[in-house]
Amino acid sequence: MSAIQYLFAFNGVVKREFWRFIQQRSRFLSALVRPLLWLVVFASGFRAALGVAIIPPYETYITYETYIAPGLCCMILLFNGMQSSLSMVYDREMGSMKVLLMSPIPRGWLLVSKLLAIALISLLQVYAFLAIAWLAGVEPPVIGLLTALPALVLVALLLGSIGLFLSARIRQLENFAGVMNFVIFPMFFLSSALYPLWKMRESSEWLYWICQYNPFTHAVELVRFALYQQLNIQALAITLGCTTLFTVLAIISFNPERSARSGPPKG
Amino acid sequence: MSTPSLEIKSVTHRYGSRVALESVDITLQPGQFNALLGPNGAGKSTLFALLTRLFKLQQGEILFGGLSINREPRLFLSHMGVVFQQNTLDLDLTVLQNLEYHGALHGLSTREIRARAEQELEWLGLKDRSHDRVRALNGGHRRRVEIARSLLHRPSILLLDEASAGLDVASRQAINGAVRDLCAQRGLTVLWATHILEEVKTSDPTIILHKGKVLAQGIGQALCDDQNAQSIGELFEHLTGTTGQAA
Repeated sequence: MSAIQYLFAFNGVVKREFWRFIQQRSRFLSALVRPLLWLVVFASGFRAALGVAIIPPYETYITYETYIAPGLCCMILLFNGMQSSLSMVYDREMGSMKVLLMSPIPRGWLLVSKLLAIALISLLQVYAFLAIAWLAGVEPPVIGLLTALPALVLVALLLGSIGLFLSARIRQLENFAGVMNFVIFPMFFLSSALYPLWKMRESSEWLYWICQYNPFTHAVELVRFALYQQLNIQALAITLGCTTLFTVLAIISFNPERSARSGPPKG
Repeated sequence: MSTPSLEIKSVTHRYGSRVALESVDITLQPGQFNALLGPNGAGKSTLFALLTRLFKLQQGEILFGGLSINREPRLFLSHMGVVFQQNTLDLDLTVLQNLEYHGALHGLSTREIRARAEQELEWLGLKDRSHDRVRALNGGHRRRVEIARSLLHRPSILLLDEASAGLDVASRQAINGAVRDLCAQRGLTVLWATHILEEVKTSDPTIILHKGKVLAQGIGQALCDDQNAQSIGELFEHLTGTTGQAA
């Protein structure tokens, strides 16, 4: 297999993700509605209760909406990453996973292609959200929208790789509800997405430390700083390290035998 | 160039303590329609999963053109087309999109895939359905799409696992006929797994698999003569003690 054939395979995986995405317009809408609800409804209600002090990367007092915007961008990436795990389990149950497994292109490359495809689709949704958020008064520096791009790509890869790793562990489609309860919600709420960690520390020291060990916290901080043209080295190192770890784990955990056993009884 | 041979040597596969295949030895006749006949639960799908490398080989050897498929897995996969018993098409994509995805996974360019897809779909009578969603196709047409897809990368071996299962008699005969034409016209080696006796001709190289063991292997007529059977059905009943399924 030559390099050009690897690129053709990558192109095929990306195109399929886009085709599926276009077929599922409601997925795009729900991906936007969820963070917008948080931004418009939740933030309005909690603005007064959760005052935010001046903390890096911000140089002045900011509205609560501005504070949670990076976290909501990451929320889109988080849900999309988990959605990818759902689609992998669906492909496995429906049998279409076998097409991927029968490819002569190495599975590691195909999984990385899938991750990048998920990231590309997620980014479209994040920027659509940022455009609407702009209308709601969340106005990060325009250049920040560009400097945040690499951070968003890395976070999308991190959350996609966690999703792929989980998909190797989920036995049935029905178990996805468990992912919601045990992965998405704890990851999101035990992070700095909705409140700065010093606030969390004021109420609970041990919760603060759980948040500190949550890779999603560092993903949010990476995006928050990048939106304001700053680099949070610690957040970058942790996000990069976790992305590498989960990508490797996803590739190792990918078990073709589970796909072969899916579907109706055979002869 | 002659079609590379496929040999399965002393292959045993277990699911825990249950033996699914036991010392299976099979040699496919290159460029011919080889029938793998066995009732449900005979081990056909397990054999397919091993051939397609979805299962790891536990014991024994599978040789393709004299080379172990464990040594040259990618070469083997690039030479093999497969139609599984279970649907493996993405129902929400169009026929052409399904083919494009498969072709890309075999390292083909979009232009090359489209040219080949047009050719295969025309041959299978589905050219005018290429932009239809697979969900809109009936079972027979879906099977044809799977066959078209399995041929896109120009394999030298085609494996079909109960490819006609669940179809009406006319669709079943049409698909069986189309695959036989493939052998004749393109020199493909075909392994056609089925439990339907009428799909096997006495002139076919035939393998009878039952409870994970190969009970007989050879040209159907010769096997019938050996067992004093008048038909493949009688041979099958004599060897397995089951009647198989008529069309």
